[in-house]
Formats: sequence, C-alpha cells, structure tokens
Amino acid sequence: MDLIWTQTSRRVLVYGLLAGAFILFIGAVGMIAAFHEREVVDRFISLGQLMLMLAPFVTAYYVAGQVAERDQDRPLALVSGVLIGLLTTVPTVILLLFNSDQYRFLLDLTLRLTPFVAATITAWRMHRAGAEAQTALGAWLAIVLLVGIVTFSFALIFEIKGNLRSVLVNINREWVAVVTFDNRGDLMRGLGALALVSTVSGFAGSILYLLPAVPRRALIYGLGVTALIGAFGETARLILQENVDRDTLREIFRRDTLRQNAALALFIISTAAGFLWARYGGQARARFGSLESAQRRAINIIGLVLFVVIMLMLPWLIGRTLSDVAVTIGIFVLMGLGLNIAIGLAGLLDLGYLTNYAVGAYILAVLTSIGPLGLFKGTFTFWMVIPLALLAAMFAGFVFAVPVLRMRGDYLAIATLGFGEIIGKLAISDWLKPLIGGAQGVQAIPKPIFFGTELKNPEQLYYIVLVASLVTLFVSIRLNNSRTGRQWMAIREDEDVATAMGIDTARAKLLAFTLSAATGGVAGAIFAAKVGTVFPNSFTVFISINVLSLIIVGGIASNPGIVVGAIVLIGMPELLREFSEFRFLLYGALLILMMIKRPQGLIPSKIVTHETRSGVKPKLATAE
Amino acid sequence: MARKGKVGETRILESVGMTKRFEGLVAVDSLDFHIPDGAIASIIGPNGAGKTTFFNCITGFYEIDEGEILFDGARINGRSPDQIARAGISRTYQNIRLFNNMSAIENIMVGQEPHLKSSWIGAIFGSPSTRQEDALTEERASELLHFVGLEGKGDMLSKNLSYGDQRRLEIGRALASQPKLILLDEPTAGMNPRETIETTAFIRRLRDEIGITIVLIEHDMRVVMDISEHITVLDYGRKIAEGLPADIQTNLDVIEAYLGRGAAASLEN
Repeated sequence: MDLIWTQTSRRVLVYGLLAGAFILFIGAVGMIAAFHEREVVDRFISLGQLMLMLAPFVTAYYVAGQVAERDQDRPLALVSGVLIGLLTTVPTVILLLFNSDQYRFLLDLTLRLTPFVAATITAWRMHRAGAEAQTALGAWLAIVLLVGIVTFSFALIFEIKGNLRSVLVNINREWVAVVTFDNRGDLMRGLGALALVSTVSGFAGSILYLLPAVPRRALIYGLGVTALIGAFGETARLILQENVDRDTLREIFRRDTLRQNAALALFIISTAAGFLWARYGGQARARFGSLESAQRRAINIIGLVLFVVIMLMLPWLIGRTLSDVAVTIGIFVLMGLGLNIAIGLAGLLDLGYLTNYAVGAYILAVLTSIGPLGLFKGTFTFWMVIPLALLAAMFAGFVFAVPVLRMRGDYLAIATLGFGEIIGKLAISDWLKPLIGGAQGVQAIPKPIFFGTELKNPEQLYYIVLVASLVTLFVSIRLNNSRTGRQWMAIREDEDVATAMGIDTARAKLLAFTLSAATGGVAGAIFAAKVGTVFPNSFTVFISINVLSLIIVGGIASNPGIVVGAIVLIGMPELLREFSEFRFLLYGALLILMMIKRPQGLIPSKIVTHETRSGVKPKLATAE
Repeated sequence: MARKGKVGETRILESVGMTKRFEGLVAVDSLDFHIPDGAIASIIGPNGAGKTTFFNCITGFYEIDEGEILFDGARINGRSPDQIARAGISRTYQNIRLFNNMSAIENIMVGQEPHLKSSWIGAIFGSPSTRQEDALTEERASELLHFVGLEGKGDMLSKNLSYGDQRRLEIGRALASQPKLILLDEPTAGMNPRETIETTAFIRRLRDEIGITIVLIEHDMRVVMDISEHITVLDYGRKIAEGLPADIQTNLDVIEAYLGRGAAASLEN
C-alpha cells in the first residue's frame, strides 16, 4: 500500500508539474495571449483559455488511466485528477506572484536564496556519498559563486526594470489577464479563479476516464468536434456561408465565432453521433467484414465515387478563400507525393527537393512572362510550358543525383541539402540577374487559359492541382506495385543485397530522383502561375523541410497520410492565423511528439503498421 | 569456354592467384581453386580463415588485388555485383539479409531481377507485356515459395517469419534468379539437429532436381562430410587442402589447422 502511494503520488506530482510547466512555457512564448484573441465559443471561452483547461484535463485523464489500471482504485484516480488540476497551476501561480507588485519580494528572496540552497543540497549529497569535508566545502563555494552570479544579475535586472517583462517579454499584462480570467486588479481572486478552473478541468478529466467506454467515447467525440469547429470558426463560417442563407448564418455565428446556443447544439449533436458510433460502430464494421468480397468491393467503390464527387465539387462547397488554401495544400500534396517516391519508396533522404520546385517555377516564369524578363512575351502558354517545366525539373533532378549516387543515409541528406542551398543562392545571385531578375524576381506571369477562359480564381486553379495530384498518385501507385517499385524497396531495405540480386542500383536510384523531381517541377510551375510572380525568397530550405515534415507526420510511404499531413502542417497555419506565428514551434513539437508516440505517422502505410505492430509490445489495455 | 579438369568434369568456377588485402592484412592469399560443375562443394576452415571474404570476392563485393576469377570460362573479376548476379551467381548470407519490410513473395520477385525486362514506363501505362511479365513473375515466385516449403506464407513480411523459414526464403530468393552457381554462407547456422538434417536434404535436392552447382561455407562437419563432393580448406587466406571428404578427414595439415600442431603430431605417430 505504501509503495502504491509513493508511486502514485510521485506520478501525480511529476505529471502535474509537467503540465504546469507546459502551460507556463506556452504562456512565456506568447501563445496563450495570442490565442486568447480567438474565441472558441462567443463570450464564453477563448482558445487561450481552452489551452489552460486542456492541459490539466488531458493530463488528469492520462494519469487517472494509469492509477485506475495499476491500483484498481477509482476514488484514488479522482483524487489524483483534482491534485493534478491544482499542481498544474503551481508554476503559473509562482510566476504571477513574482510578477505582482505586492509579492515581488518573493522573487528577490528566491533569487538570493537559490545559490545557497542549491550549493547546500549538492554539498550535503556529496558529503553523504562519502566525499571529504574539504571537497564538499569547495563545491559549496563554487556553486554559490557560479549560480550566484547568474541569479544576482537577474535580480539586478529586475531591480532596474521593475518587472519580469525585461527578461520574459511575453509575461505581460495580456498574459496576466488571460491566466487570471480577467481579474488583473485583484490578484488573489485571479489566483482563485485559475485554481478553480484548473482543478475542475483536472477533476473532469479523471471523471471522464472512469466513465464506461461508450459514453466516454461519445463525450470525447462531442467535446473534440465542438472545440475543433469552434477554434476553426472562421473556416467553418466560410464553408457554411456558401451553403446556408444569411439569417441562419447569423444565428450560428457572431462574426467568426460560434454562438453559445449553436455550440451547445453542436455539442449535443456530435455527442449523440459519437454515442451511436461507439455503441453500434463495432457491429457495423463487423457486418461489413462479414460481407462477401463482391459486396464489400461495391461499398468501397461507392465510397470512392462519393469521395471523388466531393473532391470535384470542393471549390463550390468551400468558397474562394478556402479554395485558395486548398490550392496551397494541393501544391504541397503534389510535392509530398513526389518526394515520397524518393524517400518513401526508395529510401533516399532528399533534403534538396526545393531545387525541383524552383526550377519548375522559374522555367514557367521566364517562358510565359509578359513582363520585361519574359523570353517569349506570351507566345508560350501555361499548357505548353508545363511539360517543359516537368522535363527541366527531371533534368535538374538527374544532374544533382549523379554526384550523390554513391552516398547513403545521412551523407546523402547533407549533400542534397547543400544542393538546395546552392539553388537558393543562384536564384538571388547577380550572375543570373539578367535572366531571372535576382531579388526582384520575375513578374507578370499570365494565368493559364483553358479553352478561352482565364483560370484566375483559386476555384479554377484548384482543378489543375487536383488533376496533377491525381496523375501523380496514379503514377506512384502503379510504380509502387511494379518491378521498379520492388527494386526501389529492395534498395531501401538493403542496398548491398539489392545489388547482389542483379539490380542496377545506380540506375534505379537515378530514376527515383528524376521521377520524384518531375512532380516538384510541376508543383513549382503551378505555384508560379497561381502567384503571378516568382521571387527567390519563396525558395528557401523551409520548402524542403515543410515537404519532408508533412510526409513524416502523415506517414512515410502512405499516400492518404501525405494528404492529411499537408492539411495539418500547411492548411492549419493558413486557416488559424494565430498559429502561423508559432508555425515552426508547432512543427518541432509535433515532429518530436510523432517520433515518440506515433513514429509510423498519422495514417501509416500498411508495411510500417506491420512493422510497429510486430516490433512493439502491445500497450496495457486501456479500459476496454 | 570451360576448361577440362579431371576426366569428364568441367570447372564452373576457378581462380588463379586470387589475392585480397585489407590494409596490410592478407585475407585471401594467392588462392588457386576450382569448383567442379554440378558438384556440392564446401569451403571450410577455422574462424577468420577468409571464407566469407572469398564469397565477397567472387560476388564482386570486394575487388580482388591480384589474380583472376573465371566463371563458366569467362573472367568475372572487375565486374560489378549486379553484373555478376546476372551472369548466374547468387548467394545467401551468414546473418540472414532479407528485405525485411517486404513480403516473402516480394523478396522472391526481387530475386528474379536478372530475367526481368519490363520498364517503368510500361508499369505506368500498364502495357500488356508488363502485366504479362508481372503475372509470370508472381507465378514463378509462388512456385518457388512452394519449392522451399513456404506455401501460404507469401504475404507475410519476411521479418515476421520464423528463423528457419527466413533461411529457406533466403535460399528461395537466391534460386529465383535461376543461377548456375549458388553460394550458401552457413546455411545451417543456428539450427537444431532436426532442422539441420532437413536443410541438408534440401540442399541435396537442389542439386539433384535443379542441377545447380552449390558451394557452401559450413562449420558443422557432419553436414560437410555428409553432402560435399569436393572440399576446399582455407587457413589464413591460403588453401591448405583440397579434395574428397575422405582425403580431407585424414589430411594432417587440416587437423593441425583445426586442432593444433600437437594433435596432428600425435595422430602421425
């Protein structure tokens, strides 16, 4: 019993404080204040506040799961939920106290005491571990001095500036307002509000875990859908505005925010739907599984047809603004599918994918532009140049692949990264300025004309991206199931053995690089036509990194995964403007999280699922 | 053109003065050897004798420093591993090296590589000849799976197969290229006695039914003496003996290499 208590209490302490540190961190980088600007439900809760509640909620849910599984103790799980809620506030509360005028002395005290406490603890542990008194004393002195210098300089800065903002720029009035739930004037009330909200969230999290499976899943579904639609209120409104009349729209949204009644209705509906799925979904799937293969095939085909119809009608369903986002996503899907040929199929870690994108864009720009840099002033049309852009990108891919054929793994990645940088520098160079305009780039690129109609709207450009993506998808599926695909896979698995099987690996790798480059060229050309101008600063290493990240997040070698990855990594920052400031922070966090928790990606390819299923021991069954 | 060796016997593989050095260490030292066509031949020798290096030289993984390797009468040293594979030599590895994340049948399909002709363009457009070849490749792969006793396991990822199955699949993959010569690197390593007997029988069946020349590196002397018709003994990269199993068993140099000078001397007396 004692053991359980210590283990449980330690777990609660660690996870609670971790969640608290997380809250403090996202506050200190400015996320909470920035996200507070966006309301999830009108005059009820903002995205910033939602994050404050979500941290203890999720942590409590997780820890309650561990406590309930391990100790078979349900009341204990509830208590730990409450404790986690409280603990989550601790780091924030301390910082709030430090930041207030009344309790500033706590900060001074802490800063002054820290060196002595740290030194004493260390010296004491050394002494207990058997170090000589002199050594321990020496260590004590050294630590007091070293840590002292740091803390006293901090203390000095605070003394002069008079607040924390001088060091932590985002610990400002806005942040205080959010975390105290608008009780900036009365700190104690603010702390009380924070503690109350956090504790209730933690408690709710642990209760949710202890519910029976069906209502639990229904609630998670309902809460998730409501929060997601609320957070992406602007997007949701843009979609609805295309399909619903003005008055209904006004009843659902106040400007871009979900109204309270609408949110409640949405929550009830999505929970009910979640309940039905949780209750009967398994049966439905079982019945589908027991169908004859012909019937199953028919259902799959119906699903596919439905999907294609939706994809074809998408611009009408979502309107202009979102179509523009869809085109951007589509361009990245296209690049993702292309790069996946090199990375996913042949296992060639190519970090210079930007090269092909830039080549495609500049070829289209220079050949079709009607501006001063245009070579033919409109004689060439978009449709004539697309194949040229494709061939040029293939050529570039080929040329850059030749020197790296003998390289593998990390070396290949670094070499291709270097090639990407070279292209970026060439684009901005004075040497090529007469041809591609240096930093000014190429302007006045006409839009594609399709049987007399100028495709100038994103709704129309969407179809070009869609067709290009579908063609790429088709080609990559065909190749994947062919002799060429098997050669690539063999090289990915073991290049030496692949050679010993009689595969000309140099040839196969060249082909992978070249075909993968082709798609990049097309994507670049479409991008140039969409934007109408081509600047060198569109072609930074971040393009390569974005494409690589979306493949990893979506799932390597998984085509649906690439689409989902592009929506998450490219679409989300476009749709949620507050995100874009923290885009790379989120990329980093998401990549680390994916690598630890779900290395196979969001929608793993079949092969990788096999791998993780066989390689990793199944986790302890959680509650089902 | 194959040269005549003993009466009624051609040599499928032979080397003249083959030498391979690694920064001062002579791993294979001016080796002259030959493998009779259609034989089951073994390469034996103590650890570090250069047996696997010998395989790597023949298959083109290592470039030899001196000498010549002749396969079917043609010089093959200096050719790349894939060209040598296409010439008709295939191999397995001491520590199994399958394409782990590919299914068993895909492994064998990759093995047929030297006989495949379809191109990526055909694959994209689904040309009739490509489809036909793909279907044929898959059919042959199924037959081979059956031959090595893996029927019904074709769709399993090769790394999920049991150890014995992986060994068999690796041999199946090596057979898929319809080689004239197959090099097996310790095919019974890590097997229990029953599996060893099965594998031995299987190797004999390979030669008898398909007529492939087989060279194996093997540590298990019972296997070696049981199935070999020709044995080459290496020690420190040099050939110390060659011949029929009976000759090797009584060869003093071999006994000395394996058991030390004292054992050889006491046997002599």
